[in-house]
Amino acid sequence: MLYINCPHCGMRSQNEFSYGGDASVKRPELNKEVSDQEWDNFVYNRKSLRGKHLELWQHISGCRQWIKVERDTTTHEIFRTFKADEEVA
Amino acid sequence: MTQAFRIENSGLINRDKKLSFKFNGKTYLGYEGDTLASALLANGVHLIGRSFKYHRPRGFFGAGVDEPYAVVQLYRNGETEPNIKATEQELFEGLEAKSVNCWPSVNFDIGAINNFLKIFLPAGFYYKTFMWPKSFWYRIYEPFIRKAAGLGVASTKHDKERYEHKYEYCDLLIAGSGPSGLAGAYAAAKNGAKVILAEDKPRFGGSLLTSDVNIGNQSGKDWADGIIAELKTMPNVVIKNRSQIFGYYDHNMLVMSEKVSDHLPSTKKYHPNKRLWYIRAKEVLISSGSIERPIVFGNNDTPGVMLSSAAKEYLKVYGVLVGRKPLVFTNNDSGYETAIEFKKHGVDPVVLDSRKNAESEIIDEAKNLGINIKNSHVVVAAQGYKKVKSADIASISEDKKQLGKIENIQCDCICVSGFWTPTIHLASQSGNKTKFKEEIDAFVPGESKQNEITLGAANGIFSLDETLKTSFTAGSELSKKITENDNEIAIPNVVEKKSSQHDKFWCVPLPKGKNYKRFLDFQNDVAVSDVEIALREGYRSIEHVKRYTTLGMATDQGKTSNLNGLQLVSEIENKVVPAVGHTTFRPPYTPVSIGAIVGREVGKHSKPTRKSPMHSWHEKNNAVFVDAGVWLRPRYYKRGNENLFDASKREAKNVRANVGVCDVTTLGKIDIKGPDAAELLNRVYTNAWLKLPVGKARYGLMLREDGIVMDDGTTTRISENHYHMTTTTAQAANVLSHLEYYLQLVWPELNVNVVSTTEQWAGAAIAGPKSRDLLQKLFPNSDVSNEGLPFMGYMEGDLFGVKARIFRISFSGELAYEVNVESDYGNFMWEKIMEVGAEFNIQPYGTEALSTLRIEMGHVAGSELDGRTIPFDNALEGLVSKKKDFIGKRSLQRSAFTAEDRQRIVGVVPLDKQTSIPEGSHLVKDDKAPLPNPKLGHISASCWSVEYDNPFSLAILKDGKNMIGQKLFAMSPVKNKVIPVEIVSSHYVDPKGERVRS
Ligand SMILES: [Zn+2]
Repeated sequence: MLYINCPHCGMRSQNEFSYGGDASVKRPELNKEVSDQEWDNFVYNRKSLRGKHLELWQHISGCRQWIKVERDTTTHEIFRTFKADEEVA
Repeated sequence: MTQAFRIENSGLINRDKKLSFKFNGKTYLGYEGDTLASALLANGVHLIGRSFKYHRPRGFFGAGVDEPYAVVQLYRNGETEPNIKATEQELFEGLEAKSVNCWPSVNFDIGAINNFLKIFLPAGFYYKTFMWPKSFWYRIYEPFIRKAAGLGVASTKHDKERYEHKYEYCDLLIAGSGPSGLAGAYAAAKNGAKVILAEDKPRFGGSLLTSDVNIGNQSGKDWADGIIAELKTMPNVVIKNRSQIFGYYDHNMLVMSEKVSDHLPSTKKYHPNKRLWYIRAKEVLISSGSIERPIVFGNNDTPGVMLSSAAKEYLKVYGVLVGRKPLVFTNNDSGYETAIEFKKHGVDPVVLDSRKNAESEIIDEAKNLGINIKNSHVVVAAQGYKKVKSADIASISEDKKQLGKIENIQCDCICVSGFWTPTIHLASQSGNKTKFKEEIDAFVPGESKQNEITLGAANGIFSLDETLKTSFTAGSELSKKITENDNEIAIPNVVEKKSSQHDKFWCVPLPKGKNYKRFLDFQNDVAVSDVEIALREGYRSIEHVKRYTTLGMATDQGKTSNLNGLQLVSEIENKVVPAVGHTTFRPPYTPVSIGAIVGREVGKHSKPTRKSPMHSWHEKNNAVFVDAGVWLRPRYYKRGNENLFDASKREAKNVRANVGVCDVTTLGKIDIKGPDAAELLNRVYTNAWLKLPVGKARYGLMLREDGIVMDDGTTTRISENHYHMTTTTAQAANVLSHLEYYLQLVWPELNVNVVSTTEQWAGAAIAGPKSRDLLQKLFPNSDVSNEGLPFMGYMEGDLFGVKARIFRISFSGELAYEVNVESDYGNFMWEKIMEVGAEFNIQPYGTEALSTLRIEMGHVAGSELDGRTIPFDNALEGLVSKKKDFIGKRSLQRSAFTAEDRQRIVGVVPLDKQTSIPEGSHLVKDDKAPLPNPKLGHISASCWSVEYDNPFSLAILKDGKNMIGQKLFAMSPVKNKVIPVEIVSSHYVDPKGERVRS
């Protein structure tokens, strides 16, 4: 079970969180013309990276904040965590 | 029978307390502090079971967790449990155990013909033999194998025992209380670190309980006792015996199974049987020690052949002689410790040492005691069937290939030591890539992957002096990092007689003309010849060899067999062992009770149960409940001998004729506040929300980004910047997360706050033509007329002094209202509704009637919004705004979603107006068409229409729009039904929706 540092609450076990997928995906702006390809990329196409991955988790049984977690998908090592509005450098 | 093999002046058992127990129906005596194994051996019982495949007699091989043979069926306090190791099961008064794997009895086992008839079952036998004819598999092969195999029977009764889970955090977790564990724990504890020390055995001390060493001028055991006593007084130390750390998971989470009650005749009141600890440790010291390795020779599975360390443990811990004429067969100094221990108790052992010449203090001591030592000698084969009677021994050449003249010597046990294998399971589970250490012919942990350090014998360090030094240092250093204390610990002097030099020798060659079975895996009956066959047949990867032969795949996970198997493969393949590689260790290290893993989450505790505030009223009024997610909802209210069908029909009819009341507390409720609340709703719902006036409700449809309907519900504008959203019961949590996702990540600029208020409000739906009359009586001071409270209107009211929210919304399709009050007043509200409603013939209705009412109205619910349908499919495209953008809108342009013959909701009526159509039935054009019969659609929900008094169903049907009036067949192979049906409009009752507005 992972041990995730919620930027709002501190170190908490994985069973307090739910997974939210790739954090690098950006939703196209509302009311903007979007090509089929662009939309497919947003809705469906994911890289399924091996290695360092920036992903979303929600601290559902805690502060309910969505956070970003930089995690290695092969080793589960967590490098850093970010608040939703924090810029990932 | 007396305990003929129990000796005086030895052992840590309590001789003041005799315990009586039964094995295979016969009564024996043992002492408190015995294991079942030691007590049986004290009584001279060596035959414990039969082997898995050949049903060969089985004795005891080890004295602890590594035991491959002595697996029994245990009976305790009216319960039975299989797969219990006799070497681990502590004796208690009244214990009963039986052999497994033998029929009709352990002494006469029919399965043993497997052994005598030369249907020897070589590697792959099952794969090759039972493949054909196919029809034989179910009828003949499988039943036979099932009867012949297995390690006991699981109880079919409900387990009365209670199991607990516990979460714990610590600075240092130490796995194993041998010398390295004690030193590490002590040093860390002295620095003030929060320490958990776990020992799987009842007694702390590990190898110090049996080894002949001195630490700081005391015996090893006395030193260990002193450390333990001191640790127990320290408030920062948790010290647990009977506790096996069996799994090392991500981020330094380890799981430990604590046997709280297994050593007692019955579990004490309020105590669990076992407790599972989830421990998150900052640092882990793995001090799991090592397991003695067997040397492979002919008939090495005969009862009486055992590990030399086990023989020594039976002597020193339990005061039990495993034989009176022992033969010790060793390739290192450890065998001498056992021999000397025998000698001290007046038993003359013979030592066969495969080494030509070996020197150490302990060998000198053995010689001085006059022990008969034969160097360059090996056991070629054990003789005897149910017990060792003698051994064929021979000298062996220096290259270990040639045997000298074979001679037979009398003995009643053979104590084997092939050196030591570090117990690296936990380190390996942590992700540590283990490496082969040539000097000890075994794998040791490599570079740490998590915060773990392996100490002592588990790390391949067999010198006590070095073990203590490195372990004290590790404990100090790691704890210093955490607590910033640095207490000096004086490292004690160590006197150890044995050297850790050993002979690289693990398998005795077969003498010419002999075909002895030489076993590698004792539990799964895998012999040298099996691995040879596998390699001859082309298996190369060690993982494949393992699965083909089942080497190391028994419940002992190859604790005593893995390395010898690897040695064999490397020898045949002419590769070095590390090149052969070894299989991955996976948790659990040793079998763990399913009960312990499940913990308290059994029966009604397997998930939380949510009840509405009116639950007790429903109970008192004969409600029959149904699970709705984690909620319990009344399905119907039983009157007299009514069944579900009758009751739900009565309730639904009464709604259509008079008025009914339904508990709708379970609907998800989300409070939405903020100046941008309307904008948020406008983006998450498909329809327009910017112009909803205060005091009005609107039905809304929510999509996922892929265009699929996520949820529906009504949202009401309570005040300027305050909305009350409802969701379906099932989607409540998902919708909240969905809103939070967009607010926190996608549109953080929106100034809106959302919070779940599902539990804060109790809800009652009042539906039926008389509902307004009832409402007026409930709220005499409010104007609830059609003008005062029009359809989709909202107002606040005073319900006999309780503040209430009144919504004019309808799921049933009738004139209907929903009344919400704060949860604590829920029951009060309900009772008032029933009391005041009596004159209008009110009846409560459950989810079944609710379904009937919504189905015949063509209102969609979870069975249509099933994660596969878009708004059009549900005839809800009218709710999809063409003007504004919203979540999922772009996806609706996908060609499949705009196809002319897109699936759509329809009504379905059986032609005979009698036969109910099973939900899930497929709609097909031709009921006689060959399979696979093309499916046009499926029945999503069925009811008995109370309006028309015939069955009615909803279906999602391909090109449904143009199918009205068509005749099709509803087929349910599951229910074996073919029903001719007609497709009708999904709005079966009141298609214009006049009632809700009346
Ligand atoms: Zn948090």
